[in-house]
Amino acid sequence: MNKITYREALNQAMAEEMSRDENVFLMGEEVAEYNGAYKVSQGLLEKFGSKRVIDTPITELGFAGLGVGAAMTGLRPVIEFMTWNFAMLALDQIVNAAAKMKYMSGGQYSVPMVFRGAGGSAARVGAQHSQSLENWMANIPGLKVVMPSNPADAKGLLKASIRDNDTVIFIENEINYGDVGAVPEGEYIIPLGKADIKRAGTDVTIVAHSRMTGFALEAAKQLAEQGIEAEVVDPRTIRPLDIDTIVGSVAKTNCAVVVEEGWRFAGIGAEISACIMERAFDDLDAPVIRVTGKDVPMPYAANLELMALPSVGDIVEAARVASGRA
Amino acid sequence: MSAKQKNGITHEGDFYDEAALHEMHDTMLFIRRFEEKAGQLYGLKKIGGFCHLCNGQEAVCVGLATAADAKDYMMTSYRDHGHILARGTDPEAVMAELLGRAGGVVKGKGGSMHMFDIEKNFAGGNGIVGEQVPIGLGFAFSSWYKDNGRVTICIMGDGGINQGAVYESFNMAALWKLPIVFLVENNQYAMGTSLDRASAETQLYKRGISFKIPGMKIDGMDVLEFNKKMREAIEHARSGQGPILVEANTYRYRGHSMSDPATYRTRAEVDEWRSGRDPIARLQNQMIEAGLSTAEAFKQKDKDLKKQVAEMAKAAEAQPEPAASELWTDIYSDPIEGAYPETGKVY
Repeated sequence: MNKITYREALNQAMAEEMSRDENVFLMGEEVAEYNGAYKVSQGLLEKFGSKRVIDTPITELGFAGLGVGAAMTGLRPVIEFMTWNFAMLALDQIVNAAAKMKYMSGGQYSVPMVFRGAGGSAARVGAQHSQSLENWMANIPGLKVVMPSNPADAKGLLKASIRDNDTVIFIENEINYGDVGAVPEGEYIIPLGKADIKRAGTDVTIVAHSRMTGFALEAAKQLAEQGIEAEVVDPRTIRPLDIDTIVGSVAKTNCAVVVEEGWRFAGIGAEISACIMERAFDDLDAPVIRVTGKDVPMPYAANLELMALPSVGDIVEAARVASGRA
Repeated sequence: MSAKQKNGITHEGDFYDEAALHEMHDTMLFIRRFEEKAGQLYGLKKIGGFCHLCNGQEAVCVGLATAADAKDYMMTSYRDHGHILARGTDPEAVMAELLGRAGGVVKGKGGSMHMFDIEKNFAGGNGIVGEQVPIGLGFAFSSWYKDNGRVTICIMGDGGINQGAVYESFNMAALWKLPIVFLVENNQYAMGTSLDRASAETQLYKRGISFKIPGMKIDGMDVLEFNKKMREAIEHARSGQGPILVEANTYRYRGHSMSDPATYRTRAEVDEWRSGRDPIARLQNQMIEAGLSTAEAFKQKDKDLKKQVAEMAKAAEAQPEPAASELWTDIYSDPIEGAYPETGKVY
């Protein structure tokens, strides 16, 4: 297996899917001649030409809708938002069109497309460029929400998302783009809706997605030094959520910590906690604990920014409390 | 060719034969009677929610449908009954949709605002004002990508054209020379707001100028004129010259929706359009003058159509409501076994 970056893994996934299916095209701001604002589309213009790798004006609502219409005719658009912050301008097309078209048309029109781009907090870019909005997307029936936490998952999940017959919200992590990991070459597909146990353990379940999976694994390492074996579950797909794997883990550990970078109120952690309560109440020895971003707009100052985000230390502490070892 | 077959009307150099004229007339009149029936059923609370009728705008629906190819794509806003009927969708299925029945065009899941017929290349029925414009751009992009000669006719109203999404779409359509006709049905009012209260430039066909999109203003109350000019516009898009913006000058006789008594305009204004410019009466007069029909024959035709609509509505009403299982279908294409919490179970 080759060791490549998260960004290269995404690039490989797109290149392979574009070679495989000529209905796949990539469109967004700076995706072609500039090779991508984060270089995820590096070399694709050269490989596939300007008909299939298309630079757009700065016009998110317009090209998101273009993707929806194109998908309704059977094309498979990959629409890149430079970051998910800018996708807010395109919400009408995502929420009112893409997500509902199949239902509203009584099953006549499908919208097989991927909206992808960088999400989560970046570094020192302030409130408008640093936020996790996956809970907004995950609330909408009709959408699937996918968030890879490492290079291999990035490739396998993006390939599955491009082949999926529904609209997939694919949220990458800006800070993870340079992460290196082993990635299988060629055909490597990870089915959507399947969680992955990133580390097996018996004492406490830590559910974490995207960049927080790395934080949870680091916390698990520290917990192991303290004699606590944590099981780290990465849902990978936020919707549909693989709650079976999560409650399966809780049945073993009898306690859970749910970590997310996003805000606490009505976040993904709230949903997962509620699902655990509904499905595994009798397995729980303690209340589920949420570790989340603070409910504040992201500040710029380095110290404040750090305070606003969950830390490895927060996860360690929460796991100790949840498992009764505080 | 016999003399009888040559019967017809020549409009600005274009010949419309007798059969085509009757077809246009009958479709317009059918839409009018259909909408009246829909209004009536709404009053009886058999049709729910929002219901936007197009009485008065029939020439736009029919002039367009007869100008476009079957392979061309079409999408519009929520004032969609007339367009889908003109496109040739089974009217009982349209009425069944209004009534929330299983045999509705979208199985009772959409209602008045969400009419779709993929077989007829009719892509909605879109409920958010202006939303269909970027979507239409995507259909046109697809035709460009596949080079398949299909034109997209994307319809909006004089309200919709003020949405930002429209200008984003104008820009990209012109930038990439996509085969699309942007058709604005200017019925003079965006809900209760008259054109001059909402638009700095009230000549809406000029709204594409800064995108180098040519514009045409057409009398939307004259089906022959509208059909002729619409064919030119569609040909422009099909020939690879890029988008074109068409403004249809028209008028809706009813309120914005069934819940709108339309107190923002005068009775005299409505009467002026209705009695002076009605598209159905206009074509009838032209056909009578050309010796193609008589007032009595049209009266009889009207009676027949009313009866046909009444019977069709009765049949639609007799249909069952959608099965309860339909609640959970058409959300995703390939549900992942066991992964959805939405089992429909109430705990």
